[in-house]
Amino acid sequence: MSTSFKPVVAGSALPQESSASATPKSVPHRGGPVNPSAEALRQRFASAVKAVSVVWGETTIVVEGGQLLEIVRWLHDDASQQYNYLSDVTAVEFRDLEQPLEVVWHLRSLPFRRFLRLKVLLPKGSPLEVPSVWSVYRAADWMERECYDMFGIRFTGHPDLRRLLMWEQYKEGYPLRKDFPLRGRFSRSEQLRQALAANPEARYSKEELSIAQAFEDLPDDMRRRLSSGEKTGE
Amino acid sequence: MATTRRTVEVELSTSGLDAQGRPQRVPLVVDDGGSPVALEAPPAAEPELAGEHMLINIGPQHPATHGVLRLVLELDGETVVRCIPHIGYLHCGFEKSGEYRQYNQIIPYTDREDYLNSPGNNVAFALGAERLFGIEITERCKVLRVILCELSRIISHLVWLGTTCIDIGAFTPFLWSFEKREKVYELFESWIGARLTTTFTRVGGMGADIPDGWLDNLRSFVNDFPKTVAEIDRVVTRNGIWVGRTIGLGVMTAEEAINHGLSGPMVRASGVAYDVRKDFPYLDYETYDFDVPVGTNGDVYDRYLVRMEELRQSVRIIEQAMKRLPDGPVNVSDHRVILPPKSKATSDMESMIHHFKQVMEGPRPPIGECYVPVESPKGEKGYYMVSDGTSKPVRWRIRPPAFVNLSAIPKMVEGHLLSDVIAINASIDIVMGEIDR
Repeated sequence: MSTSFKPVVAGSALPQESSASATPKSVPHRGGPVNPSAEALRQRFASAVKAVSVVWGETTIVVEGGQLLEIVRWLHDDASQQYNYLSDVTAVEFRDLEQPLEVVWHLRSLPFRRFLRLKVLLPKGSPLEVPSVWSVYRAADWMERECYDMFGIRFTGHPDLRRLLMWEQYKEGYPLRKDFPLRGRFSRSEQLRQALAANPEARYSKEELSIAQAFEDLPDDMRRRLSSGEKTGE
Repeated sequence: MATTRRTVEVELSTSGLDAQGRPQRVPLVVDDGGSPVALEAPPAAEPELAGEHMLINIGPQHPATHGVLRLVLELDGETVVRCIPHIGYLHCGFEKSGEYRQYNQIIPYTDREDYLNSPGNNVAFALGAERLFGIEITERCKVLRVILCELSRIISHLVWLGTTCIDIGAFTPFLWSFEKREKVYELFESWIGARLTTTFTRVGGMGADIPDGWLDNLRSFVNDFPKTVAEIDRVVTRNGIWVGRTIGLGVMTAEEAINHGLSGPMVRASGVAYDVRKDFPYLDYETYDFDVPVGTNGDVYDRYLVRMEELRQSVRIIEQAMKRLPDGPVNVSDHRVILPPKSKATSDMESMIHHFKQVMEGPRPPIGECYVPVESPKGEKGYYMVSDGTSKPVRWRIRPPAFVNLSAIPKMVEGHLLSDVIAINASIDIVMGEIDR
């Protein structure tokens, strides 16, 4: 083992005396200490920060969708913020269908031991598009694909935005949307019929088949379906 | 004069290697009479086979993918050029189903996602829901939950250890680790009544207190268990095959590991001392004395070492928890969120109302949202819950650690040999129930 090895320690940017963290006790529902990054963001991106709230001790910042990537990149790069860890990307749709859809990013600063929630509101009727943070965090790759798969939110700038959990030919819509019925769009018998009629070979994408130079060997109907871009399930 | 030409390969034991390290080919040229003529120089090189890539499909039904994971690999010879993972074969829509269930009714779903760590998931969900309800749990409940979390960390790591040993070619550690895992399941059975699908926490407490004599059984397990760890350590850690098949594989540097969102033993093996129990503590973990092991190289071998050390640290935590286990109630006294005792529910009017309201409607948290991460054996597991004031969550999101860890697999396997893909995939410690949900 090399003696020069130095582990990357979370909380390293904190002063020594305040470096110990403790289990949060009696967290208030609203209010409480605000994450200092909220104030810093307000100063730097005054126009993009729409609202700051603290719920159950966690700071939520609602930001303008267009400037999201810029904000995230600044939070990641700036020496006084260092949000170097992306915990989660997800979305929320409310039961009240008039309420806007929320896309949620959970960021974590390991050196400062901070946690921040960013939100972008997508009002109903507007295009479901937000910038991808893949260029800043590679962790966003599958999280954004899952979010697209489940909610139909397009992350512009993601290099490979395909369905992830559902298969690529899935056509019934976006399962976690509130207008999607719990049991699926079709009856059980129809779902079974479709499953039996599906061609398991179609699970290969055209790109994968081109690696094996097998695309030309496929039956005509499959080639036609794959070439017509039967992938994203829309 | 006509000659017959034969080529034989000299066996390795005769040290007949040529300059390229290949077995030497000794052409035996004999004339018709049968007497050897002259030795010839070995053929120059293997025929040129480069340029043609091959597509190979591993899984979804393959024992070494630890579940229904499918990897499509593009191979150049035996080297992986590109890896395209496909998941979703086990997708059951837990998150969707959770939107139609009361909070306590969601707990059975948490058993079934990461099914090697069911009690740990129960605790994680209960912690999140309690934050959303604004409940402070009792001291005894906290300590019991710590014991439960660490026991489930032990079983999860034991399953990882056993199956990874099998993947790499060692069978005996598998038997040893599964024997000890069975002992933990016996402990669960005598306390919880179930082994795998425990469903044991409630919002505001636990399903039951520990039975009489349970701590003695736990103590004998804790005294016995380090011997098994030492045994496996002695057999595996410096084993030539193990070392040769794990060192230098799937390396992630510290920066890459953080950027790819890895967590748990995966990120710690890369030299990042990030443990939710230390950095964002819950259940008073900051008051326990334990170490966070970190690796130096971030390869498969370091991940193994980190997990072995975590087994020992879990034992340390359980020992401390047993010493400090306070007396007192396990559940909170607020019967609006936790069921009153059955005897009171049939005799006391108020308890009966609480019982009825809870069963029929379920407790209602205030409007709000929270994300509470815990350190599961696989890494940072968090439940993000959004409430609109009704008894069912608007959104219940699982942040699965293995899902994010697995998303880095193309980065880890590309450039390695096909047989190393199995070792690297095993080192991630995936549970497809959690990844597909």
